[in-house]
Amino acid sequence: MLREGFANNAIRGGWWWWWAPPGICVALLGTGLALLNFGIDEFINPRLRNVGLSQRGARKAGISLSTTLGITPVLGRRQAPPVGATPTSGVTDAVLEIHGFSVDYGYGEEAVHAVADCNLVLRRGQVLGLAGESGSGKTTLALAALRLLRTPGVITAGEVLFHSQPNGEGPAGTIDLLSAGPEQLRAVRWSEISVVLQSALNALNPVITVGAQFDDLLRAHRPQLSGSQRWQRSGELLDMVGMNADRLRSYPHELSGGMRQRAMIAMALALEPQVMILDEPTTALDVVTQREILEELMGLRDRLGFAALFITHDLSLLVELADEIAVMYAGRLLERAPAASLFHAPRLPYTHGLLNCFPPMHGRRLPMAGIPGSPPDLRDLPSGCPFHPRCAWAMPRCRQEAPPLAPLNGSSREVACWLQTGDVPVPAELARPDPVARSSERPAAVKPGSAL
Amino acid sequence: MTAAAAPVLEGRSLIKSFWVKQGRGPLARKARVHAVEDVSVSLEAGKVTAVVGESGAGKTTVGRLLAKILKPDGGEVLLDGRPAPGGRPRSYAAQVQMVFQDPFASLNPVHRVRHHLERPLKIHHLADGHVDAAVADLLRRVALEPADNFIDKFPHELSGGQRQRVAIARALAVQPRVLIADEPVSMLDVSIRLGVLNLLAGLRDREHLAILYVTHDIASARYLADTIVVMYAGQLVESAPSVSLTDTPAHPYTQLLLSAAPDPDRARAPELSAPGAPPSLLAPPSGCRFHPRCPHAMDVCRSQAPPNVTVAKGHVAACWLHVEPALRRVSETELSTAVNASALKS
Repeated sequence: MLREGFANNAIRGGWWWWWAPPGICVALLGTGLALLNFGIDEFINPRLRNVGLSQRGARKAGISLSTTLGITPVLGRRQAPPVGATPTSGVTDAVLEIHGFSVDYGYGEEAVHAVADCNLVLRRGQVLGLAGESGSGKTTLALAALRLLRTPGVITAGEVLFHSQPNGEGPAGTIDLLSAGPEQLRAVRWSEISVVLQSALNALNPVITVGAQFDDLLRAHRPQLSGSQRWQRSGELLDMVGMNADRLRSYPHELSGGMRQRAMIAMALALEPQVMILDEPTTALDVVTQREILEELMGLRDRLGFAALFITHDLSLLVELADEIAVMYAGRLLERAPAASLFHAPRLPYTHGLLNCFPPMHGRRLPMAGIPGSPPDLRDLPSGCPFHPRCAWAMPRCRQEAPPLAPLNGSSREVACWLQTGDVPVPAELARPDPVARSSERPAAVKPGSAL
Repeated sequence: MTAAAAPVLEGRSLIKSFWVKQGRGPLARKARVHAVEDVSVSLEAGKVTAVVGESGAGKTTVGRLLAKILKPDGGEVLLDGRPAPGGRPRSYAAQVQMVFQDPFASLNPVHRVRHHLERPLKIHHLADGHVDAAVADLLRRVALEPADNFIDKFPHELSGGQRQRVAIARALAVQPRVLIADEPVSMLDVSIRLGVLNLLAGLRDREHLAILYVTHDIASARYLADTIVVMYAGQLVESAPSVSLTDTPAHPYTQLLLSAAPDPDRARAPELSAPGAPPSLLAPPSGCRFHPRCPHAMDVCRSQAPPNVTVAKGHVAACWLHVEPALRRVSETELSTAVNASALKS
């Protein structure tokens, strides 16, 4: 056809009606075959068969999504507090507060409740660990709080308050992230709250150099800087995470996994954020590299004073690292306690089981049981407490009612378990003496400074 | 089983290198990656041997060489003391089976569990006429009970742990004597890892399988394995009974690995003794491959590869630190015999 066009001088002569219609036919045929291919794929692959289309689901549920690209829609939330009101939790040095937060995937009847009624308070300079297995909603919670979650994720309830204190002094200005508009969110994301994602290779752009990505970021958020200033600043940032500034000229694939993750951390720190969300930053790395990066990160935390929400499934790592740990299971927060208390004196059967999943490095080798069963399917959650089918101490009450997350008598820790409400005797494993409860308060948080 | 039982499967001085293109196009220069250099491992019936190391250390390559998925460039694989047949004939596959890291990728998403477990039975002409009973029995052996609940499921309907159990059942279908498990739990949730490890321990104890457990997690190796072998940059640096290795590590690299592993029982975070990254295997360092990072590196480490020194019974470390200073200059072959003789005397 195209040869015909050539032969007849059609292309050179500009007689498009000779070659354009057949060309379009070829393109359409190709597209049609590709669509057919997708259809066959969806038909023969049973995993794809079940995946519904989110927009169709939303329409079916009668929900109109008037969303801006890149901002998670909010379908319901708590009423905004009156202006000037004190933070709802009463914690004075809170920097990020999450209350009654619920996130769904999908809409209406088909919705999966990925996060349900979560309360978290991140204090200034604190490292808060969020532990849980995959699928427990850790990442969903963190991303939805910044409204970064992609469709079909929607926020269905709750409140997220960010108490901004840009220079570490003066009164904090509170921003309600769930009612914030695109401009407000843009001002908060990255410059005040930054995110480090798990897979650094996917998070970095593979076709431009690391330096160009730094440049891009600084140009967007710090327009007053000149080109050479941006380059210099990028070099300083890499230097800060223990990389040579020459690496700005490298492409991501030329860096090792550890260096990529360091570059990601440097980028997250570029605008001196008050909060850093670290989503499994070291899971893909070897133990030695992991240890190096965490040491680096904790050193930077001490120097720069940012607060960190550290998400990981590795509870044993978190115990060494975090000030406070919150344990998630099936989208719910089930225990929150200072790290040492949680490790030495777990109050929740799930935490107790999870701690028993890490074989010790010392002492005699004893058979360990782990946790029987497997994590629940969020589409089909058990009634009552979501952990009861795997719990060794499950009672009839656990099957009927979900326990609320309630403060444990007098201490600063919270647990959601019917065993700890005082109505039944607590098993010995869940009643070990708490090492932190006696020493009155946790060590003072690092004062945020501007050491950059 | 006595301790001196002959190994079921043994790899002697295995060498494997891969060729990678440097640059683009058909005329690109090819460079040699020394993935595995002179590694010897032996697997005994009723014992779990763990291979531990960072990514790129050559652990998986060793597993694949032993399973004969890869052909070694040097050295030999011995099955029951006899050289294993060339290629990968069915008779070899019936003895040595492999379980892969990613249970999401190693099962075909379009086929049911039944299909996955029937195939090895049919291909190897086992369980003629009693295929259903054999499949149910396999599921029972990996604790997927009742079997009827699982037999007609698709892989996507199973959780990660269940999928890995199906993959293990598939390997067990041919009644192998050796199981090579390549990071079988690293893709699984923490709460179900122990279940799979306990399953492997049960197969070792009940069915006297020889298991090679490849992992990067030294704590789980300590938990499961009888012997741990530590690899660094394609070489074997230390091998010992697992408790002896983790309690008294002899090689600086093993010490580094242990100090870096998360351990909440520790009072305070450890100081890393040897920061840095493993060397490029395109041009490995001379002498001991760990010397650029080693805090105890001496001149001899830079020039000559260390011999395997027996530091305690069954505990071998390839490190000059354990060689008496006077012997550190003798040529390699004389030295290893001299050192081993002196170690045996003491």
